[in-house]
Amino acid sequence: MTWVTRTALVAGLIFLYAPILVLIGYSFNASPLVTVWGGFSTRWYAELLSDAPLLASAWVSLKVALLASLIATLLGTLAALVLERQRRFRGRALFTGLVLGPIVMPEVMIGLSLLLMYIGIGLDRSLLTIVIAHATFCTGFVAVVVAARLRGLDRSLEEAAADLGAGPMRVLMTITLPLLAPALAAGALLAFTLSLDDLVIASFVSGPGSTTLPMRLYSRVRLGVNPEINAASTMLVGLVSAAVLIASWLTARQENR
Amino acid sequence: MSSPAPRLILDGLTKNFGTYRAVDDVTLALKPGEFFCLLGPSGCGKSTLLRLIAGFERPSAGRIQLGDQDLSGLPPHRRPVNMMFQSYALFPHMSVADNIAYGLKGIGKAAIAAQVADLLRLVRLEGLGGRRPETLSGGQRQRVALARALAREPKLLLLDEPLGALDRGLREETQGELRAVQRRLGTAFVVVTHDPEEAMMLADRIGVMEAGRLVQIGPPTELYRRPANRYVAGLLGDVNLIPGRLGPHEPGEGRTVETAQGPVRGIVAPSLAEGAAVVVAVRPEDLVLSVEGLPVTVTDTTFLGDRLRSTLRLPDGSTLRASTRPTDAAIPSGAETRVGFAAKAAVILPA
Amino acid sequence: MSGLRRPVFDRLLRLPPFLWLTVFFFLPFAITLKISLSEPATAIPPYLPVLDWHGGLDGWSSFLEALNLDNYATLYADPFYRDAALGSLGYAALASAILVATGTPLAYALARAPSRWQPLLVALVVVPFWTSFLIRVYAWIAILKPEGLLNLVLLRLGLIGTPLTILNTDAAVIIGLVYAYLPFMVLPLYAVMNRLDPTLRDAAADLGASPARVFWSVTLPLSLPGIVAGAGLCFIPMVGEFIIPDLLGSSETLMLGRVLWTEFFSNRDWPLASAVAVLILAILIVPVVLFRDSLQAGEEGP
Repeated sequence: MTWVTRTALVAGLIFLYAPILVLIGYSFNASPLVTVWGGFSTRWYAELLSDAPLLASAWVSLKVALLASLIATLLGTLAALVLERQRRFRGRALFTGLVLGPIVMPEVMIGLSLLLMYIGIGLDRSLLTIVIAHATFCTGFVAVVVAARLRGLDRSLEEAAADLGAGPMRVLMTITLPLLAPALAAGALLAFTLSLDDLVIASFVSGPGSTTLPMRLYSRVRLGVNPEINAASTMLVGLVSAAVLIASWLTARQENR
Repeated sequence: MSSPAPRLILDGLTKNFGTYRAVDDVTLALKPGEFFCLLGPSGCGKSTLLRLIAGFERPSAGRIQLGDQDLSGLPPHRRPVNMMFQSYALFPHMSVADNIAYGLKGIGKAAIAAQVADLLRLVRLEGLGGRRPETLSGGQRQRVALARALAREPKLLLLDEPLGALDRGLREETQGELRAVQRRLGTAFVVVTHDPEEAMMLADRIGVMEAGRLVQIGPPTELYRRPANRYVAGLLGDVNLIPGRLGPHEPGEGRTVETAQGPVRGIVAPSLAEGAAVVVAVRPEDLVLSVEGLPVTVTDTTFLGDRLRSTLRLPDGSTLRASTRPTDAAIPSGAETRVGFAAKAAVILPA
Repeated sequence: MSGLRRPVFDRLLRLPPFLWLTVFFFLPFAITLKISLSEPATAIPPYLPVLDWHGGLDGWSSFLEALNLDNYATLYADPFYRDAALGSLGYAALASAILVATGTPLAYALARAPSRWQPLLVALVVVPFWTSFLIRVYAWIAILKPEGLLNLVLLRLGLIGTPLTILNTDAAVIIGLVYAYLPFMVLPLYAVMNRLDPTLRDAAADLGASPARVFWSVTLPLSLPGIVAGAGLCFIPMVGEFIIPDLLGSSETLMLGRVLWTEFFSNRDWPLASAVAVLILAILIVPVVLFRDSLQAGEEGP
């Protein structure tokens, strides 16, 4: 590596991490003021853990993300199988548009249009309406991840199974899906994170009593810097870093085998 | 293995990919228990033909029949035909035994285990049933693929370049094994290969494919000795082609061809008319250096141990390649001599 | 590719995603389009007049009569919306340009890093990508505000005499956009650069090219697909961005996503909000079509 690339790398990583590190630092500041270092303290974590509304929102977000990523993984996997394995059928262009459309559709548009429909059909807003919205916009992302893996899958494995007498369903369950497992996990994780992270869509489609964590954080953040949010952010960052590290370790192990 | 094996019949089989015709009007009847090789360069349509028989491609026209059963409309999992894939396509997430057992269903656990053990023995892989495919050597994987494809006792086994992924030494050993397994089971094998030597070594009959068409079918010796055209002659081994015009009809098989260097005799297909532009195809090992025949100059001689390879220049500048026994009187480079061949060793082909 | 035909099974696979996405993606979109063509009075559920299928031609004509382009006329006539549209495009374009300029060297540095370090370095770029978007934007408030960390440091160093106003300016929005979308730029670009045949660089160097010339004449042109994919992946969502202008921008920061939010949540003008949504979509059609192929390639990168 030359000094040019090394500088670019160091500068880039500093830019990416400085704000996060600042946040982590402030989360341990005893003083609520950014300008004053009041000594090391974990008081904001204590306050965070006794903040009932925030914890309730976290629980809502978790439930939404679990359900939405489950549905999105199912639908996205089916969509990927169709996009990769069914080359010709009537309405293929429409199908492709339906699956990939939500990826490029602005979040405000997805949120607004789903809300308008919920109201139109008289569906009361609740946790369920958020789950539906999140599953809808995550399906395309799962499909893209699974389709990429499917493309790399040796077609003759499925053909060999069919040749050995397995019907389409048995081929899918015993060959295709097991071999897609890493991509299914990656897709599910992506959907889970996207759902957990979404503020805009949830703001449109959530009902009373189903305030998600990003919505709660946002309403606090609008009022300015808040040490409790710093603590919450630190915990989230720690969680995500651990998840990414575990995921990359799993992938590395998968590739070594 | 069980009831007498039914015959495979392909009738006018054609496959188009868009405007490209991969398989063109192939008609073929396999003999029961036959070892048949489809030979041709890559892209000649031989693999597509195999995939049509297995059911992975739908024919654009024509029929595939096995005994009394019309296979054309059946999906692959309902065809009594199995295939060994070029990549072997072993399921990486299953053990060797599970791979072999994949096609065995509904006969009970004990029966499956017994069958798997039999098959492992057949391909000499006893004790490796618990291993994962990726822990096996190339030759072992090839044998697992063979065992798996044989598990369902197919009426016909299709093999796509079965030895293509093996290195040279292993290949010859495996050729013999494949032949032995086929003899023992009596199952008809259809092997796709691009290697003429492999085809000649394995097959009872060879079908040569060119641009989607089956251009000649016959036993290896017939294809080698009596190729139907220049393409087949060149595909199966080195050959000298001497251009000329076909002489008048004579009694018997032999005919005379007027070449630029003089008349030569060979065997001709009855369809060729007098005066037609032809080539006389003669193998290097059938050339005899002697006192009669065409006048040549020896330009180069290479000693190959069991053979002596010579390049001979004809008066018009074209060359012939001769392969002779080293015990024959060695002729030095630059020497002038004559070259001849027996009429029955030469084939007269359309130019 | 394959001639395997399993009509019933294939149709069963298609059905669930097709139904779900038709009902929860296509239908809402159609409703939004319809409402954007309504007056506020008819934009109340059940959004009458709905198309009367049984009314034949009369049904159609009364349906069509009730549609009007007033909302779009408003969008066109009011300079506020025009500025918001231009603002969205401007911020997104400027931020994309900066992302190309900063993301390219970073991706190149990643691709040239020792191979045993690469997984870790890539993971380091990925972690922020998986970290809450909201939190990453929020972090900049503490840095950029007048009594924030940046001013604190600059004042201590004596570089400035009075605190700079950065938060709630265009500069803060651009910083936020570049920061939040940097991983989207770097990852597809790295994927492309990492696949480049290293012998091409060696060959160029062997022919006498300096490292800079190797980069400009070999690496960069071959990485162009990644650059286009990255820029597209950033530009498209930035046009509809809401969180960044809302938290880091000023009240004058006009971007369509935020305008839509305001029309809907504050002004409760659903038809106008719908029209803004359709406008965002219309603006995005050109880049989406342009970037379609490279986007698909890019999505598979990370």
